[in-house]
Amino acid sequence: MPTLLLDPTGERSVAERTQNDRPSSLEGLTVGLLDISKPRGNVFLDRLESLLNESGIATKRYIKPTFTKPAPVDLRHEIARECQAVIEALAD
Amino acid sequence: MGIERLQPGTVQHPNERKCSVPTLAELRAVTINELGDGIHAFVKRDCATCLLVAPVLASLVHASVVQTVHSQDDVGFPEEVASVGTVTDDTSLRRSFALDIETVPTLVRIANGEEVGRTFGWSIAEWSSLLQRDLVAEFGALPAWRPGCGSKNLDIGMPEKLAVTLGVTSVKSRRVELASAEDEHEAMYARGWSDGLPLVPPTEERVLRMLSGTSRRPDELVAIVPPDLVDCTVEKVAINAVMAGCKPEYLPVVLAAVEAACTSAFNAHGLLATTYFSGPVIVVNGQVAADIGMNSGVNVFGQGNRANATIGRALQLVIRNVGGGVPGGIDRATFGNPGKIGFCFAETESAGWGTLAEDRGVAKGVSALTLFAGEGPRGVVDQKSRTAESLIRSFAVCLRSVAHPKLPVGFDAILAISPEHLRTFQADGWDRARVRDELHALLQLPGAEIIRGAGGIDEGVPEHLVNATIPKFRPDGLLLTHCGGDAGMFSAIIGGWVNGVEGSQATTVEIDPWR
Repeated sequence: MPTLLLDPTGERSVAERTQNDRPSSLEGLTVGLLDISKPRGNVFLDRLESLLNESGIATKRYIKPTFTKPAPVDLRHEIARECQAVIEALAD
Repeated sequence: MGIERLQPGTVQHPNERKCSVPTLAELRAVTINELGDGIHAFVKRDCATCLLVAPVLASLVHASVVQTVHSQDDVGFPEEVASVGTVTDDTSLRRSFALDIETVPTLVRIANGEEVGRTFGWSIAEWSSLLQRDLVAEFGALPAWRPGCGSKNLDIGMPEKLAVTLGVTSVKSRRVELASAEDEHEAMYARGWSDGLPLVPPTEERVLRMLSGTSRRPDELVAIVPPDLVDCTVEKVAINAVMAGCKPEYLPVVLAAVEAACTSAFNAHGLLATTYFSGPVIVVNGQVAADIGMNSGVNVFGQGNRANATIGRALQLVIRNVGGGVPGGIDRATFGNPGKIGFCFAETESAGWGTLAEDRGVAKGVSALTLFAGEGPRGVVDQKSRTAESLIRSFAVCLRSVAHPKLPVGFDAILAISPEHLRTFQADGWDRARVRDELHALLQLPGAEIIRGAGGIDEGVPEHLVNATIPKFRPDGLLLTHCGGDAGMFSAIIGGWVNGVEGSQATTVEIDPWR
């Protein structure tokens, strides 16, 4: 069972936390590559991964269970903990 | 007391959950339909009366007079029933909860899809009446009457747990899902909900338990909370009270404090936005203070009492989370003060010296709170005075320094008189009114002493007031209260923020309407 808390705020903003600013450079960062489980998303991410790795940028791969639903909260948390930026592949 | 009250009403929340949530009435209807017409019994093994009536139930099941026997704690019980029929498993307590069983054993009669009768405990006469069958001939050897035991769906914490488990809930706030690897305390900090101290996670069960502290509905409007002017429901106050560490019985005090804070007279917006030191200070009077265990004695402004520590904190969390008032945002305090985490205390009323609430128009014995925009307490030391005449002069000279010795009228103050100092006044027969009148008389400031430039200090009143006499405090600007530990010839001053229409007016509200 996930922990569910009741929102104590006036609920005038979204519950999810806001995105970080885009990094000016990827140097020294770990970039998450998120396959949303659309066909051929892996082809796109494979190419991106090799390009990034050639530039000395560390990557980590993740897959959403299905493209039809938002990423599970555990996956979002895992990516946020392990990466400083994420690239999400939309493909068909 | 002249405060404007919001009209009772409910709030349709913009983010109200769209999914279908069954009501308790719907759950009850479904359960009655499942059970069908007839007599249904609810029992548990851990009940001497249920053990007593087990042979009766077995006989009635065998005779098809009783249709089902629901066991709350052991599907093997009653063995006598199991040997002649079936014991229905209600260890989930779903049916007990749905039918609001309060006592075991309980017999419920259902006819044409409606509950038409109920008896609880063991009374051979009442059972015979409900069953329309004379039990005396068969079971006359049993005692005629025995009380039942508490039903397990009413065990401590169980009603809230079942309401959450069964999805029967009246709370509407957005659910925030945490990742399983996420530390819930860190998650609350990360979302900006905390005043800097750890929070109690506001789970639905805890919030439902908190809501049991008031008869008000969760969706009732309490106030419109500044600075963002957000409609604040009883439920939102309860969530923040949980986080602050309150017990359910504190909730009416928190609700009253939120109501008082959000009046235009108290002006929580201005108090929040000011660069001055002050924050809301809550003084509680009446039976409620004793009922919830508030401290008015030793270390009254200090740590160590849960009600004192959490009620004021809950109010500040409402301002922060519902109103959106955070330090560095709308809160522009130069210094602030430690009491802005929460500053709440009770007045000692046993001395027979009246109360602050009575001073402010509340009838004797009625629970009320007074909200004051105050800074941190400062000490007044007088260990030598043994007469009221001497002690009052000590108080006056210290009170003159509120805000600045050369600034009159604009700042109110609470004077908290300790037991040892009060003893001196009482020995000389001075009542509250006398103390206040004497202080006002001693605090008439000569213009020549307080005009700009006087004493080599540029701060002060305009020069044209040089021949005027100006009172340090407005007629109602000095709030007297009695509290503190028995030992110590000290009293305390809590200086106020700017008073009147441009600042904050001390605001007193009754607490019972929020019970």
